[in-house]
Amino acid sequence: MFEFLSDLFGSQIIAAFISAALPLVFIVPFVIFAVWLERKVSAHMQDRLGPMRVGWHGWLQTIADFFKLLQKEDIVASDTDKKFFNVAPYIVFAGTYLVFAALPFSSAYIGTSLDIGLFYIIAVSGLVVIGILMAGWASNNKYSLYGAMRSAAQIVSYEIPTAIVILSIVMFTGTLSLSEISDNQTAYFWNWYIFGGPDWGLTKFLVLPFMIIGFLILYISTLAEVNRTPFDMPEAESELVAGYHTEYSGIKFSMFFLAEYGNMFAVSAIVSVIFFGGYQSPIGYLGDALAANWLIPFEQLFWFAAKGIFFVFVQMWLRWTLPRVRVDQLMTLCWKYLIPYSIVNLIIIGIITLI
Amino acid sequence: MALKTQELVLNMGPQHPSTHGVLRLELELEGEVVTKVIPHLGYLHRCFEKHTEAMTYPQVIPYTDRMDYLASMYNNFGYVVAVERLLGIEVPERVEYIRVIMGELQRIASHLVALGTYGLDIGAFTPFLYLFRDREHILNLFEITCGARLLYNYMWIGGLSHDIPSDFVRLTKEFISYFKPTITELNELLSYNKIFIERTANVGILPADTAISYGITGPNLRASGVQWDVRKDDTYSIYNRFDFEIPVGKGWFGTLGDCWDRYYVRVLEMEESLKILEQAIDQIPEGDVQSAIPKRIKPPVGTIYTRVENPRGELGYFIISDGSVNPFRIKVRAPSFVNLSVLNELCKGHLVADVVAILGSIDIVLGEIDR
Amino acid sequence: MREYLKNTWLGIWTVLVGMKITFKHLFIPAVTIQYPDVKVPLPERVRNRLYVNMDDCIGCDQCARACPVNCITIETVKGLPTDDLGITSNGKKKALWVTKFDIDFAKCCYCQLCVFPCPTECIYMTDIYEFSEFKRNDLHYNFSTLSTDEGEEKKLNWEKFQAEKEAQKAAAAKQKAEKPAPEKKESTDKSKSAGE
Repeated sequence: MFEFLSDLFGSQIIAAFISAALPLVFIVPFVIFAVWLERKVSAHMQDRLGPMRVGWHGWLQTIADFFKLLQKEDIVASDTDKKFFNVAPYIVFAGTYLVFAALPFSSAYIGTSLDIGLFYIIAVSGLVVIGILMAGWASNNKYSLYGAMRSAAQIVSYEIPTAIVILSIVMFTGTLSLSEISDNQTAYFWNWYIFGGPDWGLTKFLVLPFMIIGFLILYISTLAEVNRTPFDMPEAESELVAGYHTEYSGIKFSMFFLAEYGNMFAVSAIVSVIFFGGYQSPIGYLGDALAANWLIPFEQLFWFAAKGIFFVFVQMWLRWTLPRVRVDQLMTLCWKYLIPYSIVNLIIIGIITLI
Repeated sequence: MALKTQELVLNMGPQHPSTHGVLRLELELEGEVVTKVIPHLGYLHRCFEKHTEAMTYPQVIPYTDRMDYLASMYNNFGYVVAVERLLGIEVPERVEYIRVIMGELQRIASHLVALGTYGLDIGAFTPFLYLFRDREHILNLFEITCGARLLYNYMWIGGLSHDIPSDFVRLTKEFISYFKPTITELNELLSYNKIFIERTANVGILPADTAISYGITGPNLRASGVQWDVRKDDTYSIYNRFDFEIPVGKGWFGTLGDCWDRYYVRVLEMEESLKILEQAIDQIPEGDVQSAIPKRIKPPVGTIYTRVENPRGELGYFIISDGSVNPFRIKVRAPSFVNLSVLNELCKGHLVADVVAILGSIDIVLGEIDR
Repeated sequence: MREYLKNTWLGIWTVLVGMKITFKHLFIPAVTIQYPDVKVPLPERVRNRLYVNMDDCIGCDQCARACPVNCITIETVKGLPTDDLGITSNGKKKALWVTKFDIDFAKCCYCQLCVFPCPTECIYMTDIYEFSEFKRNDLHYNFSTLSTDEGEEKKLNWEKFQAEKEAQKAAAAKQKAEKPAPEKKESTDKSKSAGE
């Protein structure tokens, strides 16, 4: 992609800019769609209708809301730490955006095909914490501060089970590169790592249950990392009003929103890349059947988005089903349940890999 | 060197998503652990008791509606029972049956709000809307009967404002058969959910002796294992004719008298109310509901204290009559007000998130606390 | 250890049970409606904005006295014997000009206590519930069919009539003082016939 663009424009700088901006072209429509989806999913789960007025079944509602947020007064309370207060939403968004740089959207487009893609993602997703802490501290509001403190504790803790599960996958596949992991799971869905990977044999069947456990742990801990219910401690609206973004309004608030939904997709994409074949089609490609090779990257983009959106849907489904855990139980779940399970899982997968 | 620490005072409310109205809680915190809770009341004070002194007896009824606005029928019920005892009048059988039916429907409706908002406090949004959907059926029943959905002014001294419409019995039976499975659904979705149990079991434990010494009544007292229900123990109207149990807390998932017990006692009470409804709806006798309404309501000089089992506890009316058409004084023993007093005791040593859970489990209505 | 595994299992299982329920509800038709476009049919007894049928109102003030929030203001002027005020639909003869019949819906609590004492059933609750206004004063409804000027006129008429009567009375008293005996007899006759 990058080579193609630099050939086209004759300048690597322009090509780099375009490559870097491409995920944004994906994130913004995705967030608009996801917010609408969240509203509709929640509404129908609760026997309601949800937005119905703006466009067909209210599909333009989010755009209308976006314009509303743009027009709103950007309130900065007098006692806030203005520098941090103003920069925090952008840092949160930057943390999300950095993750997108390493996501393989299709075989033709990946921001940077890093050899240490997984490691990079774990590293940069921690940046979100800094933004949230900044927002909470700079707001000079007790609720915000609590939200931020909880968030820091939560995200840092849940990095560990995430990392351990990813480590077990890395052991099993022998690579840290996301595009390589995706490529390994090519062709049909039984080649996905959740079903034991592409190699047929005893290993595949032995590793299958542990892959499912690994998937569950990874899904739960990423859910906690993006602060979604049942782990939405930092914003817990019934306790902390709105948590770290209590004091924000207008465009800065929408930045947090963008980051949240962007993050949801990012972690869903990581889960789908690791366990569900990433951009690989589960049922073969139409492009192969029609002998039209140019079609394949687009199909791959479709599958990548579809899998991502499916896991985003599951996140929403969980959100509208479950109550919220308490902050100490959040830690209990992480340290007493997820981490021991993931370590045991790691050891077992390691042993299976050895045989 | 010891770290310099400071106690944090957090103002919860009056504008807060889960204080159930305009209640302000002053929380003294050490980290996230609560050391003291001071509830500040009075944001919704409307001088109910002073107002009544300028009203005639029937004019007070719309004001009682507005105390515990989630259980208006029951507030009417308590008031009219008190005035009727003061006047010494007997009401017709039909009126008694209809009152009991309305009262129990109201109890279910009130508990539905209590359980739904409790789920909301814990963070589960969906059960809240399911329960409100079910409550709507009850409100529709009230609406076809008296024309109002929230503030009914339905029970009058000596009778009722309207007789029940012809299809009321059929619709109520339909509601009973519709409502039973939704309780199971609620239990599956919320009550037995592991996260919900973790959040509520062993939180805010109220031992029976503390509950009694604070004067706690209603489901909160019964959750602590005390079998006390004014409907049975100091019966009024025709409650002694029906066969129903008084559910008490058993410490199902934690300690006796924790938040889960308080929550679950309400679920069981809804089932008991359904039992009463099933019995009462088939036995309504014929008659005129307005025949016993006195032309002129002028009680003799005297005082009376009457208590009824409101969905939130013991609702008492103390009325002093000086023989004129206006009451000399009406004092209300509001169950929510008394129940709230124990909050500080329950919250000590818990986290901020638990304060929300405990406050929700006490099930207060600010309209009644401030009056 | 058993407790630990049981907790894990329960955590996963109850979450799945909850998810099953919410998923089922995803396909159940919504119970809400699109309010201003679709409206719920209201039952017969619904209690909303009051309406006063002034043709039937006899100005007896009973509704205003029953009201617990004093939102009804009624002012009446007695009709002259020569005035024809009409009859109510249940055959009562009206004797009062209702110069003012105001209901302040900002105060009204829709308790229906005013409806029951009305002897002619002229005040009743309608099914109109969408009448919000931008100014609180716009919720002050005037039901009287008489304009303020007409009301003033009726008042003046009555005062004039009263004054005339007073004058007549004074004149009669004067006459009485002059000729006591026959006048008295006449008046007793009059009262007797009136009594009959």
